[in-house]
Amino acid sequence: MSLKLKALLKSPWVFHLSTGSCNNCDIEILDCLTPRFDIERFGMLLAGSIKHADVLLVTGSCNRQSVIRLKRLYEQMPKPCLVVAVGECSLSRGMFIHSYNCPLPLDKIIPVDVYIPGCPPKPEAIIAGVVKLIEKVKKDKLSEKTKKAK
Amino acid sequence: MIYVLYFITYGFLLTVAIGLLTSWIDRKVTARVQYRVGPPILQPLIDIIKLLGKETLIPKGASKSTFLMAPVVGFASAILVSTILWVNNITSAHTYLGDLVVVIYLLTIPSISIIMGGFASRNPLASLGASREMKLILSYELPFVLAVLVPVIKSGFSLRLATILGYQLQNGAVATGLSGVLALIVAIFCIQAKLGLVPFDIPEAETEIVSGPLVEYSGPGLALYKLMKNMLLFILPFFLIIIFMGGLHFDAISIVKYVGLVALVTVIRNTNPRVRIDQAVRFFWGPMTFLAALAVALALTGR
Ligand code: SF4
Repeated sequence: MSLKLKALLKSPWVFHLSTGSCNNCDIEILDCLTPRFDIERFGMLLAGSIKHADVLLVTGSCNRQSVIRLKRLYEQMPKPCLVVAVGECSLSRGMFIHSYNCPLPLDKIIPVDVYIPGCPPKPEAIIAGVVKLIEKVKKDKLSEKTKKAK
Repeated sequence: MIYVLYFITYGFLLTVAIGLLTSWIDRKVTARVQYRVGPPILQPLIDIIKLLGKETLIPKGASKSTFLMAPVVGFASAILVSTILWVNNITSAHTYLGDLVVVIYLLTIPSISIIMGGFASRNPLASLGASREMKLILSYELPFVLAVLVPVIKSGFSLRLATILGYQLQNGAVATGLSGVLALIVAIFCIQAKLGLVPFDIPEAETEIVSGPLVEYSGPGLALYKLMKNMLLFILPFFLIIIFMGGLHFDAISIVKYVGLVALVTVIRNTNPRVRIDQAVRFFWGPMTFLAALAVALALTGR
């Protein structure tokens, strides 16, 4: 794995975007920063500006208004970057699945790297999701290498 | 030639190493104050490496060359000022008259580079942050210069760092006298503002104007700014140690002096809320300027 990617996985700065959530998922994300869970142990920080971020954390179902902003934010994020969907709403639109206002789930709009289900997911589940994300990126890189070797 | 050697080894490599370590100490102490575990020791370095590997985005309508040059200017002046300080700290053979003035000017340039970058990025939040930074500079520069005047007066009106150090070697540190202590207190508050730490992190104010002047920076530009701030976290306490406490000497007492100063700054940062910009200006132009002027007066009467 390149040094660039290794450093990225060791210090992922997270930008937290709510595309119309009920605010419950957001509170659970903030829980991860509290003394009990303390994700700064893994070098994660909440970034205030999207230009500083490496990970886009999306909560809530994407409605017609927020989709425009979501796409713009995704384009503004400096690459390489990762996207995490948190909560039932952003995974499959949850209880808003029949709503006129939520035509598409998140992964039909922008590429999603890891899904964290739950309504809302526990902080433990969020941390476990991030660990999965890190493992996934590592494995992807390895499989690319073996493909090239073949 | 000797200056180039100092520039690379002490000014750049050693300062960056100590700066990153200090940044870790700062984050770790903050975490412990909040009953958290805190980041691993290499975290600041990993952050910088990661930022260097990311894409540089230039906002639409920004002044491109200024936007890209600003972090380089700030970074270069940080290296330069640390070189001058190290040269003075190690030997007095290669110093020159008036380097104290040069150091004070160079210490302002990092803030000015942040203002340049903020205004160049054509972002309303960045402009707001930059204008706040400008007001903050105007407020803390006066008491800071007055406080620095105390060691100058004590060492017989010398504007040469080496002479100030030599005076302290013979007569004990400046901070042992009453005027020295007062000036040191003022200077500590001023470096708090210079470093942009809480209570004076008004230009950056994560929770109100995102991250102020740095909001549009990404990748290497942001890495340079972060590195510059980490270096300043070493340079400013180092400057205070040179002019008030008799320099660093690679022994236990020096380490205690340095770590103590950094821990003090961190504790102030962790136990205070952010003030408004008008409160900060009033604080620096009122009580702090008064204290500094008092210290100068005491120094003139020889106390
Ligand atoms: S997943 Fe549940 S908790 Fe999260 S935003 Fe949707 S409704 Fe709220």
